[in-house]
Amino acid sequence: MSTYLTKRLLYMIIILFGASLLIFCLYASTPGDFITGNIKLTAERKAELREIYGLNKPVLERYGLWMKNALHGDFGYSLAQQKPVLQLFNDYIWNSFLLAAVSTFLTWVIAVIIGVVSAYKQYSWFDTLVMVAIFAAMSLPSFFIGLFLIKILAVDLKWLPPGGIITTGSNATGWEYIKEVVRHMALPVIVMTLLGLGSLTRYFRSNMIDVLRQDYIRTARAKGLRERKVLFTHALRNALLPAITLVGFELPALFGGSLIIEKIFNWPGIGQLYMQSFGLRDYPLLMGFTMFIAILTVIGTLLSDLLYRIADPRVRLQ
Amino acid sequence: MNNLMRIDGLSTHFFTEDGEVKAVDDVSFRVREGETVCIVGESGCGKSVTAMSIMGLVESPGGKVTSGSIEFQGEDLLQLDKHTLRSMRGHELAMIFQEPMSSLNPVIKIGEQIMEPLRVHLKLNKKEARAKAIELISQVGISRPEQIADSYPHELSGGMLQRIMIAIAISCGPKLLIADEPTTALDVTIQAQILDMLRQFKADSGMSILLITHDLGVVAEMADYVIVMYSGKIVEEGEVVELFSNPKHPYTRGLLKSKPVINQRQEELYSIPGQVPNPLELAPSCYFHDRCEHCMPVCRSKQPVLQDVGNGQKVSCWLYEEALIHA
Repeated sequence: MSTYLTKRLLYMIIILFGASLLIFCLYASTPGDFITGNIKLTAERKAELREIYGLNKPVLERYGLWMKNALHGDFGYSLAQQKPVLQLFNDYIWNSFLLAAVSTFLTWVIAVIIGVVSAYKQYSWFDTLVMVAIFAAMSLPSFFIGLFLIKILAVDLKWLPPGGIITTGSNATGWEYIKEVVRHMALPVIVMTLLGLGSLTRYFRSNMIDVLRQDYIRTARAKGLRERKVLFTHALRNALLPAITLVGFELPALFGGSLIIEKIFNWPGIGQLYMQSFGLRDYPLLMGFTMFIAILTVIGTLLSDLLYRIADPRVRLQ
Repeated sequence: MNNLMRIDGLSTHFFTEDGEVKAVDDVSFRVREGETVCIVGESGCGKSVTAMSIMGLVESPGGKVTSGSIEFQGEDLLQLDKHTLRSMRGHELAMIFQEPMSSLNPVIKIGEQIMEPLRVHLKLNKKEARAKAIELISQVGISRPEQIADSYPHELSGGMLQRIMIAIAISCGPKLLIADEPTTALDVTIQAQILDMLRQFKADSGMSILLITHDLGVVAEMADYVIVMYSGKIVEEGEVVELFSNPKHPYTRGLLKSKPVINQRQEELYSIPGQVPNPLELAPSCYFHDRCEHCMPVCRSKQPVLQDVGNGQKVSCWLYEEALIHA
């Protein structure tokens, strides 16, 4: 096991080095840089600034410099915000995480429950209804559902605030503050849950249908076990196994923010910050954020492999 | 010997998109206490569906027991409510299956899978159930029972898993053990061990066995009474010795003829010509008629009924009805 872990960690480091080089080159080769877009500057001033920021150096040299600093834990300053990249992450990522964590949790719980019930009652009216609803939810784009719910719940009915994380100008503290954030979260969380729900429910439903056809389910019934026990002890455990692979993808998604949702609901998350930075070619921030997601991805993959090992006795890691 | 189970006019149909399939069609037989009854027939003849009907585990939606009764110890299983039937499953009625490799849950330890029926039916606590499970594992002839109890199905061989299935089946002292092709997936030496074990447990506990197989060797070795099924119907039944020495139905004869005999090397094994009829296209006729060498006009238009032909043998064939009429 420890040899396996050492090997995996070594691979992870190699992958991350490769990924960082690739990402750096891609960002460097997108047309324009941080200076280009600023029309107020003269050509001489632009050249001067490029010299100061080191943007005129060869790509590989810039990459080497970035990597050297990164290895010392220094991810640089955002060019646009003039703040350390890590501090900006700390300011924005937790907002995104809050939305993602709550909606991911809701999505999984609801998807498992609906998936199990509709698999168990396959072809019943409930199952048909679920399948139609899933199809509808998967077909509608996020901006449509988002704007539609804002129109209904925020504008017409005025039940929920249409956007932001707190009411503008509010200086609530303690419980009041938490209540306010929860109210503002409601709409984006609903939309994100609806969006994720479709595919995940379908996934659990089809896993469960497969498992319910297995011989060992017949054995469990032949033993005279209660239907609840057959479903939740014998079937669900097996149906959840393949979902462990998804955990590896969920980890970066938890911290990665959501471009469209954050834009629609004006949520101060990392997704919005990233989009803004991309428009400005704010290299240090772009690089730092993408590497952060890359690191989470490799950790997530390792984590899902290890979890699989724990959950499924048939899996051997070597 | 008293009757343990009496099945009367059992029909189990499947409702598919292409039409209704009469998987089991008006089947009646009985199993006496301490008796081994074998149901023989080709794949798809309805033998497994008969077993699942008894257990109340016919695939639903899709399949349904449409008529008949299954009287078990004086009670009709088909009239029992779900709860009562469930409490009999794995307790008085137990079943083992064809594929031991896939019949146990891959992510649950062997010991726990044996403990489940003990806890549900005999209300044992965890500790007692585990002790009993370990005892059962050694009873089915597996050494190091404690270690086996803590292992997972994939760590055991097919033969060992079938022993575990038997351990689960006999754990609560069933009156009837239904074994659906229990040795088909195993190699021959293991087959003999498994059959010996079933016989041993039967002798010790006095339970009855309903053995479903297509292997006539297994039938000869195990059965007291044999039922031959074809296309959902019983075509012949009788005591094992009678049936083997004096088969009446052309299908039974064909089956016996197609069995390889040791020391008699034949160039080509006999096989019954033709195919099992499509269950969706069964018209009133003897379902075997287009494969039968004695086919008569009446066989194509009317279904023969199961008739007593003496010696405790029953057969459903026009050849013998004619004989009866002329006699």
